[in-house]
Amino acid sequence: MVKKTADLEYGSSRVNQSLSPEQKIGLLRDMIRIRRFEERSLKAYSRGNIAGFLHLYNGQEAVAIGAISVCGENDHLITAYRDHGHALGVGMSMNECMAELYGKATGCSKGKGGSMHFFAPDKNYWGGHGIVGGQTPLGAGIAFGLKYRGITGSCLCFLGDGAVNQGAFHESLNLASLWDLPVIYVIENNGYSMGTSQSRSSRYTECLAKRAEGYDMAWDQCFGHDIYEVRDHIQKAIDRAHGESRPTLIEIDTYRYEGHSVADANKKIYRAPEEIEAYKKTKDPINVFYSKLIEEEIINEKQFKEISQSASEEANKAAEFAERSPYPEPSSILEDVYWETDNPEQRSSKGRIFFNDEF
Amino acid sequence: MRSLEYRDALREGLSQEIERDENVVIIGEEVAQYNGAYKVTKGMWEKYGDKRLMDAPISEAGFIGMGIGASMMGVRPVMELMFYSFAYVAWDQLINNAATVRYMSGGKINCPIVVRGPANGGTGVGATHSHTPENAIANMPGTKVVCPATAYDAKGLIKASIRDNDPVYFMENTMLYGETWEVPEDDYVVPIGVADVKREGSDISIITHGRCVVMALKAAEVLEAEHDVSAEVIDLRSIRPLDEETIIESVMKTNRALLVEENRPFCGVDAQISHLIQEKAFDYLDAPVKRLSAIDAPAIYSPPLEKYQIPNVDRIIKAALTIG
Ligand SMILES: Cc1ncc(C[n+]2csc(CCOP(=O)(O)OP(=O)(O)O)c2C)c(N)n1
Repeated sequence: MVKKTADLEYGSSRVNQSLSPEQKIGLLRDMIRIRRFEERSLKAYSRGNIAGFLHLYNGQEAVAIGAISVCGENDHLITAYRDHGHALGVGMSMNECMAELYGKATGCSKGKGGSMHFFAPDKNYWGGHGIVGGQTPLGAGIAFGLKYRGITGSCLCFLGDGAVNQGAFHESLNLASLWDLPVIYVIENNGYSMGTSQSRSSRYTECLAKRAEGYDMAWDQCFGHDIYEVRDHIQKAIDRAHGESRPTLIEIDTYRYEGHSVADANKKIYRAPEEIEAYKKTKDPINVFYSKLIEEEIINEKQFKEISQSASEEANKAAEFAERSPYPEPSSILEDVYWETDNPEQRSSKGRIFFNDEF
Repeated sequence: MRSLEYRDALREGLSQEIERDENVVIIGEEVAQYNGAYKVTKGMWEKYGDKRLMDAPISEAGFIGMGIGASMMGVRPVMELMFYSFAYVAWDQLINNAATVRYMSGGKINCPIVVRGPANGGTGVGATHSHTPENAIANMPGTKVVCPATAYDAKGLIKASIRDNDPVYFMENTMLYGETWEVPEDDYVVPIGVADVKREGSDISIITHGRCVVMALKAAEVLEAEHDVSAEVIDLRSIRPLDEETIIESVMKTNRALLVEENRPFCGVDAQISHLIQEKAFDYLDAPVKRLSAIDAPAIYSPPLEKYQIPNVDRIIKAALTIG
């Protein structure tokens, strides 16, 4: 089992050596785009343009982008409610994502899902799930679907360090191992589930991923601030899924900068501000990678600023797009509930389906 | 009399019960050190300590089931669900274990647990977080289901629920937590199963529960002032047991009934009440019973549409006026 080794030179590992300078800059850009999108959505939230919860991904960018960047055509993703980073990573546009936050008809889910429920099955992205741990059996199911249909691929199923204590997750681990499913469970360990630190929510030895041993499943652990490192470890898990149709449980240490959600009233209470600052200073995934690219003489400050600037502009434009877009029509509330009612000419069942008295 | 927020009234009730009975323990996600996701238990951990307030991991099936087992042993657990929507993760425990253990043991085992938390939509959190399962839970004999609409009732009913020897599923509303009502300081109890006539009227009975009571009261004022319709507002307070008498008495007086719930229509609470009215007050009705429920789809996120999907004051007024 590969253990945490901070000193490993991940930049020269196989999966990273093959990256062209353009691809490396692309990875940096992808992370920056997430950061700017989240910053812009936070602004929109504080202006009252977004309702409910807004779980921001700031600080964790290298996990989603690192993982997605080693995915091939038949590798799929599913995650929880902290889903904007993965969405942008798989290629969903800022416009459709921002419009969804605004609850507009032009949103990726037509304004029906909101922040926690982004989906893009055409991009192998299966959501966006609000119930903690609820996505974990689905991840096994997507892997099952691949295997059943004879497709060599995998499903990367992301979850938080708090979600590991849901029963459904444990059942999923057993199923995945018992039935040799090509699923990769990625614990994005940001240290907290809401206001509860990891040590107050889980009993474990060494790390959470080690629980896989009880299910005779391969496990791994790495840091999540170095995108090279994430890529290296996820690639190994994908190789296992593709080559042996075996699952992996991988735990990636990361950090979230904002409150659990923007509405987290206690965001300044359960952890010291110094803790956040220390992480930002030494381990910010964007800065870490930028420094590496400077060292590798792939990028200069001017280019970095340009990337950052254009990501900000893209996020601002997305907000303008969202603002301009119309809300869905009231009649759309009853659309997308059933395939049959959306395809009435092909309906085969009989009987009444919706039950409101009319006023 | 002093005014209290709904959440503070609940806390006062919970605190009085913690002090009254050493077997009362509060368990849930973020209830202790974080002061509760919606601040219902604010300050209680500091005051009553680790033994009486416990932060649980995100393991609803596990910790609710554990609470059920503990209640069988004489503990009186009050379990918080951060959202009642998460009850679905613990459904097996709530329905198969808590609701049936007394029956299947031939009455040898009691299950005095309270499972409380907000059960409502209207806050822009989408379909997975906006469930109102009072109808589904009340469908199972062995359960009791309580839905307080005011701070006064919240305090009195939580105390009654904790003292009750059966499992009580206690459904609050995040949109009521910050609203204030007059609440006495003393140790009063509102018995479970007694509906409350929140407003007297003579032309139509609006029968409802939860936050819809608050909207119905506003609608009743408009109906009176602008349409010369005198509406009586009946707050069920408890879904099971159900106070049939108060409902029937009101309908016999007004001869018209509008049933309002945030729940969806199919097999909703109001389907049962509608049946009750036709069974016991059929000859008193001057018009068919009308129902106003959420529009029959999963909860939509889009904020203006969500407001439209669940009953609101305007729709209650409109519905009341369509009754001949
Ligand atoms: C079944 C269920 N219980 C509780 C919640 C409320 N809730 C949402 S996120 C969260 C914390 C999850 O923490 P973690 O899994 O570590 O993920 P992170 O938020 O850190 O990404 C809680 C308690 C929920 N959505 N679903």
